[in-house]
Amino acid sequence: MNELPQQLANGLILGAMYGLIAIGYTMVYGIVQLINFAHGEIFMVGGFGALTVYLALPSGLPLMAALPLMLIGGILVSVLVGVAAERFAYRPLRGAPRLAPLITAIGLSIALQQAVWKWYPDAKKARVFPQFKGDAFDVLGATVQRGDLFVLIAAPLCMLALGYFVSRTRSGRAMQATAQDRDTAALMGINTDRIIVLAFAIGAAFAGVAAVAYGLRTGEVQFRMGFIMGLKAFTAAVLGGIGNIYGAMLGGVVLGVAEALATAYVEDIPGMAQFGGGAWKDVWAFVLLILVLLLRPQGLLGERVADRA
Amino acid sequence: MRHRSLLILTTAVAAGALTLSACGSRGEDKSGDGSKATVVIGLDAPLTGELSALGQGIKNSADLAVKNANKQNEVEGITFELRPLDDKALPNAGQQNATKLAGDKEVLGIVGPLNSGVAQSMQQVAQSNGVTLISPANTTPDLTQGKNWKKNDRKRQFSTYFRTATTDEVQGAFDGQYAYEKMKAKTAYVIDDQKTYGVGLASSFKDQFTELGGKIVGTEHVSPDDRDFKAVVAKAKGANPDLVFYGGEYPASGPLSQQLKDGGVDVPLMGGDGMYSGDYIELNKKAQGDYASSVGKPVEQLASAKKFIADYKDAGYKDAYEAYGGSTYDATWAIVQAVKQVVQDNNGKLPDDARKKVVDAMNKVSFDGVTGKVSFDKYGDTTNTMITAYQVDNKKWAARFSAEFKKFDKS
Repeated sequence: MNELPQQLANGLILGAMYGLIAIGYTMVYGIVQLINFAHGEIFMVGGFGALTVYLALPSGLPLMAALPLMLIGGILVSVLVGVAAERFAYRPLRGAPRLAPLITAIGLSIALQQAVWKWYPDAKKARVFPQFKGDAFDVLGATVQRGDLFVLIAAPLCMLALGYFVSRTRSGRAMQATAQDRDTAALMGINTDRIIVLAFAIGAAFAGVAAVAYGLRTGEVQFRMGFIMGLKAFTAAVLGGIGNIYGAMLGGVVLGVAEALATAYVEDIPGMAQFGGGAWKDVWAFVLLILVLLLRPQGLLGERVADRA
Repeated sequence: MRHRSLLILTTAVAAGALTLSACGSRGEDKSGDGSKATVVIGLDAPLTGELSALGQGIKNSADLAVKNANKQNEVEGITFELRPLDDKALPNAGQQNATKLAGDKEVLGIVGPLNSGVAQSMQQVAQSNGVTLISPANTTPDLTQGKNWKKNDRKRQFSTYFRTATTDEVQGAFDGQYAYEKMKAKTAYVIDDQKTYGVGLASSFKDQFTELGGKIVGTEHVSPDDRDFKAVVAKAKGANPDLVFYGGEYPASGPLSQQLKDGGVDVPLMGGDGMYSGDYIELNKKAQGDYASSVGKPVEQLASAKKFIADYKDAGYKDAYEAYGGSTYDATWAIVQAVKQVVQDNNGKLPDDARKKVVDAMNKVSFDGVTGKVSFDKYGDTTNTMITAYQVDNKKWAARFSAEFKKFDKS
């Protein structure tokens, strides 16, 4: 059996999830040049937000009906935490040396993880997330789970909406202006504080969508899930060219596909048998990152500075 | 303004950090009864984190043993006290806990840990302090018999280390034999999580399965933190096995099993005692038909365990006793029995070199425990090699087959 279509589908689904989270890294970096290392945790709380909504709904409700509400719940929690983080953790440090907000971000990440661990009921172990019942679909020789359709639909929709917002709306253009030169933008009458909050909020909302997709796919949410996913998404953002929103999504997909293909095929290369398989997939993902950065230090789509937002 | 919000933030973070560290410390409530000496039994297990379902079961079962010892006045003139510490399944946390416990003279024995990887970091600490360390769950042969056990060059590693769980060598071989002879599987796909326990279990499964005539059609390694196994699933599907064997624990194997079946690999997943947990079924909507082996007979089937189950229920613990409840009770009870022997030999008083005497007594301990006969061989391993295969049936683990596995000559 040819497993290539299946591995490509796996990579695409995983990559779309990375991409959604990577948007949050890239937007915040584009505007305030801050790597928000707490973004993985903003993703994680979104998962718990969606789960809370699901648990609060009457238990007989089909998942299809509950999903929109869960999505709203997840996005809401992520956005609230993201905006609060900006307001209370990062804004007081604006103008401080670069390292200060970076360390704050790491501290915030630990604090959020531990807060969920301590106060969310039963979160000391993985909590079960609802999943769609029913058989998988066969698409071009690949098996695609019902839950995975969610991210395959949501990710392109989110990208289209974001693209429209950034290039066509007043706020979006204000965001581009702020990214290019914050001081000048402020002189032109743009409320840059509001734009920065907006960037955090949009990134957090996308992380909330990704969290629901993660829950549907793996059937669980847990307090540590933001760490690995956040790290991968950050890698995706760098791979695609940090600061570029399309780069983030592209980087995510490339990373996801690279991981899937490395798991499947590296061991078939003569002499590489011991470097193949699931154990080495992260290594190959980072080898790819290093190669891209060596050949194109600005990332895959890094040069389109005008687009960055 | 800027200073104030910073101040508020710092206060909030500091308060949060303090609350968190507060759960690690505990009140030193020593009973003020002067006529009785206190013996502290330390406990080290993952009380939080993904493996906490197993860890809480271990803590509660040890707690029950200590309470029963005090209630029946098992050792005249001695009050036992349990001091549970959380290792979060991390080797360095286990090492710190062992150091902390060994530093207290009242600690005469430590029950734990759950993970073989953690045990490796605790053994040396226990050894140099001469304090008994007894695990209800460690199954890696190296811990007792050294790295060369495969070449039958077995040597006791630590004179203070014991365990009531039988080794992977025995368990993995049991799994291999069960898969080939009882499940009639001819081909198997083997996956492990690269941890000490998982790799050991998977390799002894492989040895036994191929020795009997089975064929390994593929092997894979995953990371224990992964929850997305779709790429591995697609490979397993291509190999078309009769059975997938997983060396590892339930937080990863639950999603793995579900993704295998979602991905069209419609064969049972089999694993060891690290998979034998109620949470495995909860995390896995397609667990039906999967297998796990676990050490000992099912506690529910043993007459000696009836009392344990009833007591556990009466005590009203929030978490189930899980896979290691019985073996933990036995491990704790073994320390109690060793202390009893030592006190009896010393005219009803604790001797000055109590730790050393307890270790000596541990080697000679022999009693009928929850899981059967409890005694230790010359490596510190349990002499009880009873193993049971369980299968998920209707959202519950149902016992399928129990046998004493005696293929390997350990002399």
